[in-house]
Amino acid sequence: MRRRLPFSPWHLLLMPLAMIFVLPLVQMLLTSFMSSAEINQFPPKLIPSSLHLEGYRHLFSETHALRWFANTVIVSGIAVVAHLVLCSMAGYGFARLKFAGRGLAFVLILATVMIPIQLLMIPTYLMFARIGIVDTLAAAFVPWLASAFGIFLMRQFFLGLPVELEEAALIDGCGRWRTFRSIVLPLAKPALTTLAIITLLWSWNDLLWPLVAISDDTRFTLQVGLANFQGMRRTEWSQLMAGNVLATMPLILAFLFAQKKFIATMTFTGIKG
Amino acid sequence: MATTFAVTPRTHAKPVPARRGPRARALRRSLTGWAFVGPATVIVVGLSIFPAVWAFFISRAKWNGISPGVPVGWRNYQQLVQDPDMIAATKHTLILTAIFVPGSIALGILIAVALNQRIRLIGFYRTCIFVPYVASAAATGILAGFVFNPQFGAANDILRSLGLPQQQFLESQHQALYIICLILLWGEVGFTTVIYLAALQDIPRELIEAATVDGASKWRTFRHVILPELRPVTVFVAVWQTITAMQLFDLVYTTTRGGPLNSTQTIVYYIYELAFQTQRLGYGAAAAYFLFIVTMVLSLGVILYGRRRGSEVF
Repeated sequence: MRRRLPFSPWHLLLMPLAMIFVLPLVQMLLTSFMSSAEINQFPPKLIPSSLHLEGYRHLFSETHALRWFANTVIVSGIAVVAHLVLCSMAGYGFARLKFAGRGLAFVLILATVMIPIQLLMIPTYLMFARIGIVDTLAAAFVPWLASAFGIFLMRQFFLGLPVELEEAALIDGCGRWRTFRSIVLPLAKPALTTLAIITLLWSWNDLLWPLVAISDDTRFTLQVGLANFQGMRRTEWSQLMAGNVLATMPLILAFLFAQKKFIATMTFTGIKG
Repeated sequence: MATTFAVTPRTHAKPVPARRGPRARALRRSLTGWAFVGPATVIVVGLSIFPAVWAFFISRAKWNGISPGVPVGWRNYQQLVQDPDMIAATKHTLILTAIFVPGSIALGILIAVALNQRIRLIGFYRTCIFVPYVASAAATGILAGFVFNPQFGAANDILRSLGLPQQQFLESQHQALYIICLILLWGEVGFTTVIYLAALQDIPRELIEAATVDGASKWRTFRHVILPELRPVTVFVAVWQTITAMQLFDLVYTTTRGGPLNSTQTIVYYIYELAFQTQRLGYGAAAAYFLFIVTMVLSLGVILYGRRRGSEVF
């Protein structure tokens, strides 16, 4: 094989692309540690001269950012746990159990897939206002308790499991629930991981719905809080970038540590979603 | 639904009262079934079918959410198709979609092919390219405001070092929409790349080897063997990305808020403003139904187009 370059020509494409994708995030991280004076310098600098924490300090003292962070953790935490419990149960029910109304229930759930959140947000807001949960964290997490996507994902997985294992357990006198809890669920770890990751990504990053449902600034999620804060302080870049770090780093770190699982999840969303 | 099984023999199960008839058993089975699927079904259906129907009734009224609504029949919809703001928002959204969907497909295929090579640093490249996908659109928008800042942003700095004229980017009425499209691509290409990478790795090796043995060049192999294999995935990606682009809101909210001079107002942004800024709930709901229908039509169009080109995916 003859080669004109000492390395594969694909590097010429991949290296600049990789930089385009990752450098803005690096700059976000570095800028969060700069002083305002440094940021406004000309020409712009990429590396801070020393570690300035004033962006973070001001962010925490002037906004409820830590509170927003806690709120986001609560909303996403509830979303993930509820998804795992409710969607795996429903997925199992639709895959394995025969009962009156199953077909109808499944068709209804299927139909919801086409309906976008934008169509639902006005009536859902009115509904939540009527039951008095607008402006509470509950408003943010109730729509995240279960999803058609999660039910399909789990049902699909359970349909692929051999029934013999469960039959043996049932014959041995295990009830449905115990069979599900102790035989089926432990086998479902890959599907549950996928479901947990996708729910975490979607609920953590959601902006539109919590923006609509919550106007009390102690109940904001991070995305809403930062978006509003940015609307008021368009030029406080070190604070804005500090907030951005807070909003993105947990997921980025999770991605770096569990890259294989994240990629499998993204692939799954694409192929089965 | 193929593998449901009928009543399992209960011979060794807990002693069942001997006289329990088949009806009692069926009832018990239904209760068990609903205990499993009930909670999730109630949440999913209750929070979508019911509100969707209600939204339709709201869309046929003039209502600010406080005083009683006045039924106006189809007037909201009639007004909608003549509303210059709605027409502009639709135009912006369609431009975005028309650039974003082919763009994310082409880039996704290109990067996936590149990442499928066995070369050094490939793990590093993959990490770099996928990482923006997990960053929220809101944070991405705020970051973009910094990178594309006309005074001290990195984008203008790069143009300056290349000797090119400075740009206004998000502050220009003529550029903002395209910059948003670029930012959206930055955030979403990781997703299409992952899918194409998986699809490429699913192509049977023999297929490519056969083409090579037959003397096909690398490009011809790609064009006539690999691309057709990717078609079903492409139909899916196109539908998914069409929906993403048609429903764009977060990025607009954290970059331009629809400005400058409404040049980046998208349909969803307009719906948000109508319903939650100006309290025109009926009109907003009509606009939401309009969006729903346009998105459906576009998605169906993409699927039918994919079908005609010979892929059976849906």
